[in-house]
Amino acid sequence: MPADLASPALRGAPASAPSSRFAALRRSSLFYPLVGLIVVSALMAFAGDAFLSADNFANIVRQIAVIAIIAVGMTFVILSGGIDLSVGAVMALTGTIAAGLMAGGLSPALAFLAALLIGVAIGAVNGALVAYAGMPSIIVTLATMGIARGLALIYSGGYPIDGLPQWVSVFGSGSLAGVPVSGIITVAVYLAAWVVLAHTAFGRHVYAIGGNEVATRLSGIRVGRDKLAIYTISGATSALAGIVMTSRLMSGQPNAGTGFELDAIAAVVLGGTAIIGGRGSVIGTLLGALLLGVLNNGLNMVGVDPYVQNVIKGVIILLAIYISRERR
Amino acid sequence: MVNAALARQDEAEPAALVVSGVSKSFVGTRALDRVSLRVAAGEIHALLGENGAGKSTLMKILCGVHQPDEGTITLHGVEQHFANHKEAVQAGVGIAFQEFSLIPDLDAVENIFLGREIRSSFGLLDRQKMRERAASLFARLGVAVPLDRPIRELSVAQQQFVEIAKALALDARLLILDEPTATLTPGEVEHLFTVMREVKRDGVAIIFISHHMEEIFEICDRVTVLRDGAFAGSAAVAETDMDALIEMMVGRRVDASFPAKPSPDPNAPIALEVETLQIERGGPVNSFQVRRGEILGFAGLVGSGRTETALAVIGATRAHRKTVRVHGAEARLPDPATALAHGIGLLPESRKTEGLITPFSVRDNITLNNLAKYRAFGPLLSGRAQRAATERLIGQVRIKAGGPDAPAETLSGGNQQKVVIARWLDHHADILFFDEPTRGIDIGAKAEIYQLMRGLAAEGFSIVMISSELPEVIGMADRVAVFRRGAIVRTLEGADITPENVMRYATAGE
Repeated sequence: MPADLASPALRGAPASAPSSRFAALRRSSLFYPLVGLIVVSALMAFAGDAFLSADNFANIVRQIAVIAIIAVGMTFVILSGGIDLSVGAVMALTGTIAAGLMAGGLSPALAFLAALLIGVAIGAVNGALVAYAGMPSIIVTLATMGIARGLALIYSGGYPIDGLPQWVSVFGSGSLAGVPVSGIITVAVYLAAWVVLAHTAFGRHVYAIGGNEVATRLSGIRVGRDKLAIYTISGATSALAGIVMTSRLMSGQPNAGTGFELDAIAAVVLGGTAIIGGRGSVIGTLLGALLLGVLNNGLNMVGVDPYVQNVIKGVIILLAIYISRERR
Repeated sequence: MVNAALARQDEAEPAALVVSGVSKSFVGTRALDRVSLRVAAGEIHALLGENGAGKSTLMKILCGVHQPDEGTITLHGVEQHFANHKEAVQAGVGIAFQEFSLIPDLDAVENIFLGREIRSSFGLLDRQKMRERAASLFARLGVAVPLDRPIRELSVAQQQFVEIAKALALDARLLILDEPTATLTPGEVEHLFTVMREVKRDGVAIIFISHHMEEIFEICDRVTVLRDGAFAGSAAVAETDMDALIEMMVGRRVDASFPAKPSPDPNAPIALEVETLQIERGGPVNSFQVRRGEILGFAGLVGSGRTETALAVIGATRAHRKTVRVHGAEARLPDPATALAHGIGLLPESRKTEGLITPFSVRDNITLNNLAKYRAFGPLLSGRAQRAATERLIGQVRIKAGGPDAPAETLSGGNQQKVVIARWLDHHADILFFDEPTRGIDIGAKAEIYQLMRGLAAEGFSIVMISSELPEVIGMADRVAVFRRGAIVRTLEGADITPENVMRYATAGE
């Protein structure tokens, strides 16, 4: 429930007693993600001195920005009880088209706008099929995942598209006063998403649909319209991630983002959002994405075999789900 | 006297089934209180009673689904203690459940032989043999049922016949048919009766549950009536009549504490007028109206079309034909959101699955469909305004909760119901459908909800109350529309609102 964010302990409002404040924090869906992030970070700091440097932190932020932005839209979708598998492919398609347009001489602003519109359009198609045609989201987005990936490959002929204006790299790897620009974009997206989810009627409806869709509909809420918006948002954040990705690689990669949908789902779930919807928060997703980033970064730094890293990440996700089940 | 009658009957015919002093409680409520029943071999025995009288609980005990707390069950002279349904089946009890026990994705043959599959000598399923047996069962029932299509693709009537065939396939000595005719057409009912007579000639004892009086008088030999979980009477059908049976069903009961009804105001404006409502093509066409400040009761048996009517009016389900006027102006209501925009709200029958957002707090549940009212600036919501409204409503409806932020799932059933009711109180909606508003709620909370509804009516709300509890309909409704088989057969007013009248129109139509 949004009260996870509205609960006194997290809003800083006075709680009746310190013990109940701690109890509220423990009940919050953010508790375990926070503990997990602290524990894993502490372990990494122990294992290697380089982990705690500012440079490395900026590095982690750049590495997770793309997944973190995709995971925002995924949070909306999962909170409402659905799933969006098309995010990685939409990211690749929009990033490739933006690169193609810029390479063809279009100004980056217009190229980015076009990419965003394409993301919005695909998201709206997903949403319309789920909301009005009554198709299951996992099937709809599985299909649009294939379509988007195919279109990216057709558009690019299967090759990376280079020749972007140099300054575009600012969005992917630039810094502003020492802070990575992609990190600033990420934080801005999270802030906006948090305001929408925790403080608007639409946000409340997202949770309500995931909590009990039938009851939400019968209470007189336009569930169809809200679902359309939810999937459109996911399309938009995927496109934004595509722009950041292209700017970081300085090329449009039609094969980029394979499997990102799974990383995004992992970030959402690690962040304490219920996979069946109705509970969770976008702040949790940020913690989940950070946890994934710290794990990747730390395991690399310690020199763990990449194959083994996959196994470790899988085990941690299972552990997270098990613990959050206990919490219920 | 009753015992003497039973004893007299004892000597006359051998008893296939003797139920003696059976009681059963579920978490605090006594569903059955020392019920006795005696069914002879070759007898069709009707079991009669209002919704919630204990018929289904008794049947579930007979077929091993529930175990009695006390009392005995004797089948053909042998006392039985069924630990589960399978043991009852092995002892020769066949039951066609009211809520079908069929697996939707399996076909008729697979369903009929589920768990008792016929195997060939290699241990593989002998599909051919099962198919032949199933076909002959349906031939005997005189109905055409596709054997190879999944159950979910069959009509409800066809499903009912599969359920009956499943019970018949057991060669049961005691056959229980729990409201088998509820979904059948008159022609299909005749087929069923023919088969029942045939089965009866084979010496099988049949318990037949139906709410339709004419069916009981047509097919049954004896009738036993349950009321409030207890034995209310038993008689040979030839020696009784409808009035006597209704008297037994209704009894003389102590009135619960209902608030006084105000005298009707014939000049009050009509808030909601449903001019025509035909849910299915060719189905019954209904019309009704509710005045401002009035409580209109929807009475009838379960499945008589009351909930369906409410859902169709607000646009939650499709209707073939619908003309509705709200406060005098014609209104198209294609979905619940549009109905809400016209000020019509629904308190659903099942609050857990259709009313409450369980992961939400009390506050979020109450303000759910009314958030536009709590804007701080722009689209941003004011937490303080929501909190204040919630605290006020918690006081008004007397919800027992830890506070506005308490999770709704931690509340008791009655308090959850009040949360869902509270959702509509601070709202612009002024026409409310309350579907079984007091189901599963303790008596104290019931009285509070009655007070609340009467208070709302006095404030100018118009309420349609769907209720299966006869005293509630009688005690609360200013007018009562009685449903039978999807049609409003009569609208009762004033002194005509009696338990006998409601029961008569609900079970017999006239």
